[in-house]
Amino acid sequence: MGESTSQNVLTRRGMIGRTAAILTGTIAATSALATLAPTRVWALELHALSQHDGETLIAFGQTLYPHATLPTAVYAFLAKDLDAAAAKDPATAKLLGDGTASLDSAAGGSFVAASPAARLAAAKSIEASAYFAKVRGQCITSLYNNELAFAHFGYPGASWPQGGYIHHGFNDLAWLPNPPESASPTVGLL
Amino acid sequence: MAAISHDDSSAVVIIGSGAGGGTLANELCQKGIKVVLLEAGARQSTASFVQDEWASFNQLAWLDNRTTSGTWRVAKDFPNLPAWTCKTVGGTTTHWAGASLRIHDYEFRAASTYGKIDGANLMDWPIGLAELAPYYERAEQKMGVTRTGPNPGLPGNNNFKVLYNGAKKLGYTKCSTGHMAINSKFRDHRSSCLQMGFCFQGCKSGAKWSTLYTEIPHAEATGHLDLRPESHVLKIEHNAAGKATAVVYVDAKGKTVRQRARVIAVAANSIETPRLLLNSASNMFPDGLANSSGQVGRNYMRHLTASVYATFDEPVHMFRGTTMAGIIQDEVEHKPHRGFAGGYEMETISLGLPFMAAFLNPGAWGSDFTSVLDEYTHMAGMWIVGEDMPRESNRVTLNHDVKDQYGMPVPNVHYDDHPNDLAMRAHAFKQGGDVYRAVGAKKVIETPPYPSTHNLGTSRMSNDPKLGVVNKHGRTHDVPNLFISDGSQFTTSAAENPTLTIVTLAIRQADYIASAMSKQLV
Repeated sequence: MGESTSQNVLTRRGMIGRTAAILTGTIAATSALATLAPTRVWALELHALSQHDGETLIAFGQTLYPHATLPTAVYAFLAKDLDAAAAKDPATAKLLGDGTASLDSAAGGSFVAASPAARLAAAKSIEASAYFAKVRGQCITSLYNNELAFAHFGYPGASWPQGGYIHHGFNDLAWLPNPPESASPTVGLL
Repeated sequence: MAAISHDDSSAVVIIGSGAGGGTLANELCQKGIKVVLLEAGARQSTASFVQDEWASFNQLAWLDNRTTSGTWRVAKDFPNLPAWTCKTVGGTTTHWAGASLRIHDYEFRAASTYGKIDGANLMDWPIGLAELAPYYERAEQKMGVTRTGPNPGLPGNNNFKVLYNGAKKLGYTKCSTGHMAINSKFRDHRSSCLQMGFCFQGCKSGAKWSTLYTEIPHAEATGHLDLRPESHVLKIEHNAAGKATAVVYVDAKGKTVRQRARVIAVAANSIETPRLLLNSASNMFPDGLANSSGQVGRNYMRHLTASVYATFDEPVHMFRGTTMAGIIQDEVEHKPHRGFAGGYEMETISLGLPFMAAFLNPGAWGSDFTSVLDEYTHMAGMWIVGEDMPRESNRVTLNHDVKDQYGMPVPNVHYDDHPNDLAMRAHAFKQGGDVYRAVGAKKVIETPPYPSTHNLGTSRMSNDPKLGVVNKHGRTHDVPNLFISDGSQFTTSAAENPTLTIVTLAIRQADYIASAMSKQLV
C-alpha cells in the first residue's frame, strides 16, 4: 500500500508546550492525496488524550471503518476530533481513556499491536459500550467529512465554483444507451 | 414591506413560511390582504446557501430537541431527529428536491378504494381530484413544474440513465425525468438548472422553486407582508367566544410578544403544527386548541420511504446533477395482488459522501459497509416514496418531561410501521433492486428509512367534525378563524411527494379566506 503503518510512524515525542502528546505520520507519495495536502508529513497535537489513547483511536477507526488505501492521516482526524471533545468535557476524556483500557484488555494486552482479526474480535466484544457508540458515531463525520476523504473517494464536494455539472459531465455516462428525448430531453433543445 | 403593529387585529397571521405558509401569504397579499408571516428560522439566500452537507444541515434543518418512541428504526438510529425538515425562511422548500406530482383520484378515496384495513385509520378526503384540478394547474404554473404547460422536461443525469435503462429492461413504461419544480429554462427571473447536485442544500442558482425567493419576495413587493424571521410561536390565544385572537411568540431579540390577529393560519409542518395546538390548551379547549375530535397529532404519516443503492463495474457519478433526476411510476396504482394497498414511486436520489456515510445504513460498521463506500463513484441510487397507512396510535404528543429552549414541552413522535407498510417496502426493495440488477449491479444495498421530509396528517381533513380537525378548506372545525395550511391537513398520505398538493391547498385556501373575510364571516 506504500504507506507507513501507525505502529512505526507514531513515535512518542513527549510534552511539547501545552501539548500532551503528538501523533505523526507520512502520506505515501503514491497516494492521490499527496498532491492535495500541503506537505506529505502530518502531525497531530493531542491536548487531553494520551499518545496511547490517540494511537488506539486511530487503530480502532481503522478496524471499524477499514479502507485499504485510505491514509492514516484521515484516521488521525478521528483522534483529533475526540481529543477536542475530551478537552471540553472531563467525562468524555474519562470515557475515552477507559475505552483504551477496555480495548487493550479485550485484545489481550495491546489493541494497537494486535492482529487485524484480534482487533475485530476486541471491537465486537465491546460493541454495546458507550465508548464504542461514541467512537463509531464520531467516525462518520471525522472520516468522511473532510477534503482528504473527498479526494480519496472521488467526491468533489461543492460544484458551485465550477458552475455545476451542466458543462462538466452530469450526463457523460456512456456504458448504457441514452434514454429517448421523450424521457430525457437534450440540453440545448430547451 | 408592511409594518403591522402588535395590536393591529385586522391582519392574517401565518405561522411558518414554507410551501403552505409562504404560498398562502403571497396569495393573500396579492389580493390586498395584510399578512404577518412568522418564521422560527433565520433568512438565508441563494448566496448564503452552502454546498457542504453537514454545514448546510446546521444552517437549514430544524434541530430543536424532539423525542421518539415506537418500533420504527428511526427511533433507534436518530432518537432526537424524527424528521428532516427546515427552520428557515422558506421552510422545507429550501431543502426539498422539487418532485411535483398530483395525488391520484383513487388516493383521495383511500378508504373506498382499499376497503377496511385492520389497524389503519383510513378515510376518504372530503375533496377529490376534480375539485382540486384547477388549483393544481395554478400551483404547477406558479412553480414552473416541468412537463406542464409550456415548461419542458429536464435533461436526465447519469443516475437517471441507470434508472431508465433498468426500468426499461424490467418492462416498466412510465419512466422519465418527471415533473419537477425546477426551471428547465429561464423563468420567473430565475435561471435554468445548472445540474449542481445540491438540491437538498438550498439551490444556489434559484432554479428550484422555494418560497424563499419566489412567493415571499412577490408578497413583499405588494407592500402587504410583514415577514418576521426568528420568531418562534409558543401558543395561540382565543377569546370567550372561542375565536382565535392572538399568537404569542419569542422574537429575534428573545422578547416575548403578543401579535393580535383576525385570522390565524398554522403551517409549521406536521410535527410543530399539532404541538402548537396542543401547547395552546385552555380551560375552554382542555385537550388542545381545535381538538374536540381528539385527532390533533394523530394519524402521523411519513411516507413509506426507503432507498436502494447499487454498485456497478463502470462509473456513474450519481452526485452530478439534480438529486431527483427521474422517476418510475409503474408501481403507483392500487394493485392488491402485490400483497398491499396503495402504491409507490421510485425516484433517483443521491447523497454526497458525508451523508452517504451517515444514512446508507445507520449504525453499521465493518468491511461490508466500507466496501460499498469504496465504490462511491460507481453507485446509483433511488428513493422509494409510498403511501403509508394512517394510524391513530402513530402520533405527535407533548413530552412534558423534556422542555425546549423556551420552556415548552417538546414533541414526541411515535410511529409503528403498519403491516401494509412493511409489505410494500419489501416489494419496493425487490423491484428497486431488480431495476439495478437488470443493468448489471454488482451489489444492491437496501437502505432503511431515515428522518423523513414528508410529514403528514396530524390535523387531518374530514367532513365530520368528530373524525378530523379541519374541513375541506383547512378551517378547523372548532375555531372558525383558525386554519391549518400545511401537510398536516392530509387525510391520507397518498404516494406522491406532498409539496405540490400543499401549495395547491394553500392557493385554494387563500381564495376561501379572502371570500370569508369579505363576507365578514371571519
